[in-house]
Amino acid sequence: MWEYSQKLLDHFKNPRNLGKMENPDGVGREGNPTCGDVMELFIKVKDNRIVDIKFLTFGCVAAIGISSILTEVVKGKTLEEARKITASDLVKEAGDVPPVKYHCSVLGIQALNGAIEDYKKRNKQK
Amino acid sequence: MKRIYLDYAATGPTKPEVLKAMEPFFLQKFGNPSSLHSFGQETRAALDKARGQVAKFLNCKSGEILFTSGGTESDNLAILGVVFEYYHQAKNKPHIITSSVEHHAVLHTCQYLEKKSEAEVTYIKTDNRGLINPEDIKKAMKPNTLLVSIMYANNEIGTVEPIREIGKYIEKVNKDRDNKVYFHTDAVQAIEYLNCDVKYLHVDLLSLSAHKFGGPKGVGALFVKEGTAIKRLIHGGDQEYHRRAGTENVPGIVGLAKAIELVVRDKSKNEKIRKLRDKLIQGIGKKIPDVILTGDPKNRLLNNASFCFNFIEGESILINLDLQGVAVSTGSACSSGSLDPSHVLIACGFDHQTAQGSLRFTLGEQTTKEDIDYVLSILPDIVKKLRKMSPFGRKNVGV
Repeated sequence: MWEYSQKLLDHFKNPRNLGKMENPDGVGREGNPTCGDVMELFIKVKDNRIVDIKFLTFGCVAAIGISSILTEVVKGKTLEEARKITASDLVKEAGDVPPVKYHCSVLGIQALNGAIEDYKKRNKQK
Repeated sequence: MKRIYLDYAATGPTKPEVLKAMEPFFLQKFGNPSSLHSFGQETRAALDKARGQVAKFLNCKSGEILFTSGGTESDNLAILGVVFEYYHQAKNKPHIITSSVEHHAVLHTCQYLEKKSEAEVTYIKTDNRGLINPEDIKKAMKPNTLLVSIMYANNEIGTVEPIREIGKYIEKVNKDRDNKVYFHTDAVQAIEYLNCDVKYLHVDLLSLSAHKFGGPKGVGALFVKEGTAIKRLIHGGDQEYHRRAGTENVPGIVGLAKAIELVVRDKSKNEKIRKLRDKLIQGIGKKIPDVILTGDPKNRLLNNASFCFNFIEGESILINLDLQGVAVSTGSACSSGSLDPSHVLIACGFDHQTAQGSLRFTLGEQTTKEDIDYVLSILPDIVKKLRKMSPFGRKNVGV
């Protein structure tokens, strides 16, 4: 079995910002074609800032743990700041992830960007 | 925290009697069986005795037993040994028939031969319980078929294959053929629970591994029926009838033989294990919705309970159980280095998402009613919690 950091395990056991959001401003849903993991991110945006974020994840310890860590990192950031977050930032934040699980953090970033895109698209239509 | 081990198909503890039987062969009886002096003679005698014990269990001759480093080597030796031995006799490239649910030790060995262009291989499909239809082997048979390799019992889902039926069929086919078809079975999971009489099964080659039935790791055996020639894979000395070079693992072999003797002595424990296994299957079915029992409901190893939990992923369940002291295994992609989900479940027709939720419990001699009660008391909450996190599972937990 993989070696997970205490922090990642803690987020897996007690995920932060878990659940579906009512009336989100943006939704990102991303699936990993290789391993089948699916991540759903919901964001609430106010004055160009992500004021609330929630997630749902179908996946392993790393996928769930990183989803939770991602929501903590992103919450409170402006859309531009959130855009700049990379997969390796999440890995660093998680305190090292087994190499074979690196793609879980990529999935998180894709879901995040998807949610931001969705928000922008919805705003244009308004 | 009390730890509960429910992963006996992976491995199990060495039985104390086995360890005791092995002990003298480290400190006192350390001679090389090939040596002519008394030190060598006493280990040679132990080796002969062990070979006799294994032969008795399989109902064959001592000379038909080769000791190896384990199940994987036995499988490799059976397949590569037969193909390399008969390669030059065949007019065409040899043809192998195997199944899509085999252990990787068989599957990857066949794929290696295919890649090297040394053999062509037919992978028989199973039904959704992982069961092979002997008719499909008949259909796959070709003039250049040299070897059929089918596992006795599946390591993941526990399905027991109709080895005797296939063996009898191949025997019949061979009566009308010039070039014999050899029949190998990987019986690694079967030794403790199924009839492994090679005459009853009508097999030419049979692989087994000691640590799966209370013996030590790193030792196994291959039954090679008299008259079946195999090319050696490991070159060197004349050990194992010139078929497997290298000084024999005497303590391991003595342990293997002792363990196989205990399989017969301890047969009566199996009913207890079966009852506990049934209790686990029924309990999970009753307490948790959207669970699929994988494998054949009836025709399965008596210690195996394997499932797919819909909407969630196996490794997440496994780690949650492990955090509460319960050890199981999963075939989910996330738990494998390759990120592919279990080839066995895919072969049974499950989609990737369902296969991702696989979890295998395999019970053993030391499993108690309390262990099963404990699992049944913690598992429903784990599944519920993970389904709450899943984008697929919400409607099922009323969130």
